[in-house]
Amino acid sequence: MTTAPVVPVAQGTVAIRSENLCRHYRMGETLIRAVDGVSLEIRAGEFVALLGSSGSGKSSVLNLIAGLDRPTSGSVVIQDRDLAKLSREELAKYRLHVVGMVFQSFNLIASMTLAENVELPLRFAEVDRSKRDALAQSALERVGLGARMHHRPSELSGGEQQRAALARALINRPRLLLADEPTGNLDSHTGTEIMEMVREFNQQLGMTVVMVTHERALAERYAQRMIFLADGKLIDDRRNGDRDSIPKSGGQS
Amino acid sequence: MKIPDLTELALRNLRESLLRNSLTTLGISVGVASLVAMLSLGIGLQQMASRRLVKSGLFDTVVVTSRRDLRGMGREEERTGPTPGESRVLDEPARAEIEHLPNVLEAYPDIRFITELRYDDKPHLTMISALPSSAKSNDAFEGMQGAFFSSETAAEVILQKTFAEELLGKTPSRGVDETNVADLAKPLLGKELTMRYAQRSTGPTAQSPSPDAINPLDNSLAAAAYSVVSREQKLKIVGIADLDPESMRGPTRARVFLPLKLAEGLHVMQPTDLREISRAASDQPVYSSIGVRVKNPSQIQVVEDAIKKMGFNTFSILDATRSLRQFFAVLDVFLGIFGSLALAVASIGIVNTLVMAILERRREIGIMKAIGASDGDVKKLFFAEAGAMGILGGIFGVALGWTIGQAINLGTNIYLKRQGFPPEHFWAVPWGLVAFAVLFAFGVSLVSGLYPAGRAAKLDPVQALRYE
Repeated sequence: MTTAPVVPVAQGTVAIRSENLCRHYRMGETLIRAVDGVSLEIRAGEFVALLGSSGSGKSSVLNLIAGLDRPTSGSVVIQDRDLAKLSREELAKYRLHVVGMVFQSFNLIASMTLAENVELPLRFAEVDRSKRDALAQSALERVGLGARMHHRPSELSGGEQQRAALARALINRPRLLLADEPTGNLDSHTGTEIMEMVREFNQQLGMTVVMVTHERALAERYAQRMIFLADGKLIDDRRNGDRDSIPKSGGQS
Repeated sequence: MKIPDLTELALRNLRESLLRNSLTTLGISVGVASLVAMLSLGIGLQQMASRRLVKSGLFDTVVVTSRRDLRGMGREEERTGPTPGESRVLDEPARAEIEHLPNVLEAYPDIRFITELRYDDKPHLTMISALPSSAKSNDAFEGMQGAFFSSETAAEVILQKTFAEELLGKTPSRGVDETNVADLAKPLLGKELTMRYAQRSTGPTAQSPSPDAINPLDNSLAAAAYSVVSREQKLKIVGIADLDPESMRGPTRARVFLPLKLAEGLHVMQPTDLREISRAASDQPVYSSIGVRVKNPSQIQVVEDAIKKMGFNTFSILDATRSLRQFFAVLDVFLGIFGSLALAVASIGIVNTLVMAILERRREIGIMKAIGASDGDVKKLFFAEAGAMGILGGIFGVALGWTIGQAINLGTNIYLKRQGFPPEHFWAVPWGLVAFAVLFAFGVSLVSGLYPAGRAAKLDPVQALRYE
């Protein structure tokens, strides 16, 4: 259906591995253990949902995987690199080339048109202007917004904004798509639309998807695997449809 | 991020808060304008001063005297160098030789004598000086009534103002010395003066030197012999000049001026003639001093050295220009510091604006970092915004400063005109200053951007994205 090539992924290799991942921070006198010893392994091409109530640490785990935050202890290894050991500069490069992110609140830059928003990562990647325009256009066409390229985010509905955000997340052809409550601000119909797109990317482009959500129904419908968190700890990890939890990963596979 | 992208994003961001950024840019403009105004005033004054000085001939003239002369100033060159007896005579061949030195425009003898001028059959004793035709461009003759000599040999005369007053029987009253030159010129221009003078006439022996003379000493003595004859010369008054007879410049230190060639042709007895009589080696006229005009004041030293090598004493006011330049350098520094104060205030405005921008665009910075912007990208973006404000402010500031300067120049010239002075251009904005001002504004704004850019770069994306 599109011109974008399918990213070749060796199905089954480990895409993300965390070991005893901790993220603690102080708030006044109290020590908050946002992430407390999470060890997990996500295979390339998997569609994983991180579930939990608010404050369970699911977003914190996602930020650590995204390289937006650094662990207090433990490690997150992605593509054989421990994010905890990367410099700030290397982390930025990692976010630019390996990760695509979508957020609950879309996070488009209000002063820029859709096309400009979508091509922004290409600017950071120092891609030539002539190539940028074509790439932004094809990405927007892919999410069905080819006609709205020169509109500003405020002129669009929530669903359209989230689709534009998806186009932006795709533009650098990342291996990982990280979504933080992508349907949280959308009605169920548009939410479904977005989730279908995410699934399409997962299946057609072979992207590994990690999605944070508190809606179990959504996770059951789209994700292949569900990881439950509470108080910063991993409490359950199961394949969709399985009764049994996946045994905790301790390096064995 | 590439520089064109950076510039584009920066300008876009500046347009987003147009009013605030315009006001900040205006602040920089005012700062740059005050800097440009101050410095162009300094440069303009300096140019005006040096223009006047070059015109006056003070700084491109070397005065040459013979070492035989009584000029016991005890200077280095007089104590070293050849003894007075062995040094050269300042005569016509010497003058011609000096005139042919590189960088020399002309070398004219300093002819001056005191003699009697008759006007209305009344005698007036005064100092008379001969002027080369180049003196025409001398600013001393700027306010002159009448005209300069029609030729180098014309039997014409220019009078100094006080001498004109004397001829008309007006006594200059102390304090109120502002007699209008034009009032003096009316009754005098075109009138005739009679100059009585002592002519040095070649003696009978000199006219026919004995071809078989054995004694060379006798010969030289014979050549130096002359007689003195009383002569009269009618002179037409062509100009009245408002000169200062006490000024430093050599040839204008007199009250009556003759064309140089005319004066040379008259062979008026010179004070040196008496001294030279006993030892002159030629029958050429001997000069007490020669004024040498140099093409450019910067070549004075070279010319002076060359003339000294020939065995003459030289004197110039080169040192005076040096201290003058020093004065203007100090003045420029002070004006620059005062001018920069406004720019310093403006730079605080930049810091303030950018810090505000960080607070406002916190989320935007977070988004950019989340999608892959490095610390460096964010830092550069803020630098670019600061720099763009600096350059824009610099350009507007230069334009503003230039306009202010023109306005003040115009106003001052209107005032000067009312006071009866010629207009002056004491305001100069050279291209170097324009470039310097814009670059300086750019530099100052980048320095101002240091702190905000660093702060924006260090922003934690998780924190920035957490709150709506």
